[in-house]
Amino acid sequence: MPETKPVLMQGNEACAAGAINAGVRFYAGYPITPSTEVAEQMAARLPEIGGVFIQMEDEIASMAAVIGASIGGMRTLTATSGPGFSLKQENLGYAIMAEIPCVVVNVQRMGPSTGVPTAPAQGDVMQARWGTHGDHPIIVFCPASVYESYYLTIAAVNLSQKLRQPIIVLLDEVIGHMREKVLIPEGKLMVERSSDKDVPSDYKPYDEKGIAPLVPFGFGHYYHVTGLFHDQYGFPTGDPPQVERALDRIHEKLEKYRDEIVLTNYIGHKEPRVAVVAYGCTVRSARAVVKKAYWQNRMPVGLLSLQTVWPFPAEEIEALAKKVDVIIVPEMNMGQLVGEVERYARGEAKVVPLNRYDGEMISPDQISEEVGRWL
Amino acid sequence: MRIEEMKRESEMLYAGHNACPGCGAALSVRFLTRALGSNIALVLTASCWSIIAGMPPLTALKCPILHCPFPSAGSVGSGVRRGLDAKGKHDTTVVVLAGDGGTFDIGLQALSGAAQRNEDYIFVCYDNEAYMNTGMQTSSATPFGARTNTAPYPLFKEGQKKDIMQIMAAHSIPYAATATVAFPEDLENKLKKAQEIKGFRFIHILSPCPPGWGTESGDTIHLSRLAVSTGFFPLYEIINGVSWKMTCMPEGKRVPLKEYLMGQRRFKQMEDIRIDALQEEVDHDWEMLMEKIGSSQPLK
Repeated sequence: MPETKPVLMQGNEACAAGAINAGVRFYAGYPITPSTEVAEQMAARLPEIGGVFIQMEDEIASMAAVIGASIGGMRTLTATSGPGFSLKQENLGYAIMAEIPCVVVNVQRMGPSTGVPTAPAQGDVMQARWGTHGDHPIIVFCPASVYESYYLTIAAVNLSQKLRQPIIVLLDEVIGHMREKVLIPEGKLMVERSSDKDVPSDYKPYDEKGIAPLVPFGFGHYYHVTGLFHDQYGFPTGDPPQVERALDRIHEKLEKYRDEIVLTNYIGHKEPRVAVVAYGCTVRSARAVVKKAYWQNRMPVGLLSLQTVWPFPAEEIEALAKKVDVIIVPEMNMGQLVGEVERYARGEAKVVPLNRYDGEMISPDQISEEVGRWL
Repeated sequence: MRIEEMKRESEMLYAGHNACPGCGAALSVRFLTRALGSNIALVLTASCWSIIAGMPPLTALKCPILHCPFPSAGSVGSGVRRGLDAKGKHDTTVVVLAGDGGTFDIGLQALSGAAQRNEDYIFVCYDNEAYMNTGMQTSSATPFGARTNTAPYPLFKEGQKKDIMQIMAAHSIPYAATATVAFPEDLENKLKKAQEIKGFRFIHILSPCPPGWGTESGDTIHLSRLAVSTGFFPLYEIINGVSWKMTCMPEGKRVPLKEYLMGQRRFKQMEDIRIDALQEEVDHDWEMLMEKIGSSQPLK
């Protein structure tokens, strides 16, 4: 392990620091509460290290500039919140289709619409999955601490490059604005792509055999990048077999690397009767409950926290459902991921939603009460 | 005219609104409501005014307010006007109020569309020269050399402030004017004049922002006046995009720009070379404006 030094930082700052450590040198953004600190950090730090910070004229432009910079060979990031995330959707879909790596941070706030700009919520979980149109693959990380904000942003940047896939880091206002100790290692955490240097002369940017490296424009290969369905060389096509194959291919790359993408963490009893499935800031409340119930009182309780919410950790939920009687899903929305949990529990366990959508966090007491009801 | 003598019956801004002390934006709207009377419908886009207009149970304005998404002010205004017209409510004045971000940046497309269709409402931009509601980030209305939270020291805003008036003039709209809070009479006259005209009308109001600009709350009027007397923000109007007319000429020679910049923390530690560059820019814009005014034919 590299040497580490403890730093007190905010979730948004940690996200910016992680991105820089993972080699992000391009940020295009637009101010929006509660994500503005990411932009402000990038504005202050990127010019010092030879990076580019542009404040764009709107949210759509920010996302578009990030796509352009990625094609220019940069590692890129943009950050926003609810209303801005809605505006970015068309360009996000384009990046997925054209397989352009980039990382989009959405610090969730209370919605819909302008909502409560300064209140936390987890209402964008389904939007992160299905916000842009069409059957598209997506990876969504959901940090539950400042530490995770740092490391999951690094993972997002590196994975995004490796898979040529846009990745969403779904923070929430609590984690974004919370200050905690983070252990920052010395040195870079950037994963270089070894295959960048030796690209065959017959370069297929959308090679059917796997994920071809993205050769930036101006580096000797001429090819098309388009949001239309395209063949291996990037040329638009409407040929039904090719269209089907192309759509399968962008989904298959996520399935192939599932082990690297789907991150979850279980704590608690080995043979639990009641389990909590949580993500984002609700993990904190749930963890407090499990600590008390299991570590202090040895009750059969466990917590499965999801660092990755999409692709959905179906296997983990299936395995958990076989062990427990009840799964409680606390969410700061009207019940979004609980549907997925229920789907993959396949009737093996009772799935109970626990929702709060008044702009306040779910308290440990609320979870504790619900857990107590089923023990 | 003394401020006490001004007519106040039609003033629709309540005391106890949510603006910071010395807010130029609040003052702008106070004068606006005096000029336009009570039969107005206000469309507000995301800006400081989203907050100033009131949190429950308070409301700052005695008129209906439609808060709309950030990029949509121009389009929502178009819809409200057409809707009222279709229902026969032709006498209601529709006013769209947007900050500089909602006008110069994210709102420009909707603004341009509405201006091009010559929609019949008044678009008021209160310009505090940055995204103040989110904590002072650069906008394209931020002047050269200013420091913001997305251009922090040692960085500074590069590039010129977008000349929104030329953009509006290029749309050949019936009426466009600049105004600022130190000249309330001029501001109200322009709004009254705009109210009489049919078609798209654009009023650009410079609204000093004490926390953002880094000034004392008592300096708002002083700075607003300096902006005019230095030629940094000249007061003029444009009819049909061709007839340019000065409404408030600085008396005597223009004051050096340095005096305007010195009192503001956002220009602190601005090197002389940059102050000179900005002065040159202001001089150049001034000459261009004078040329336009000189060559404009008064309308018959």
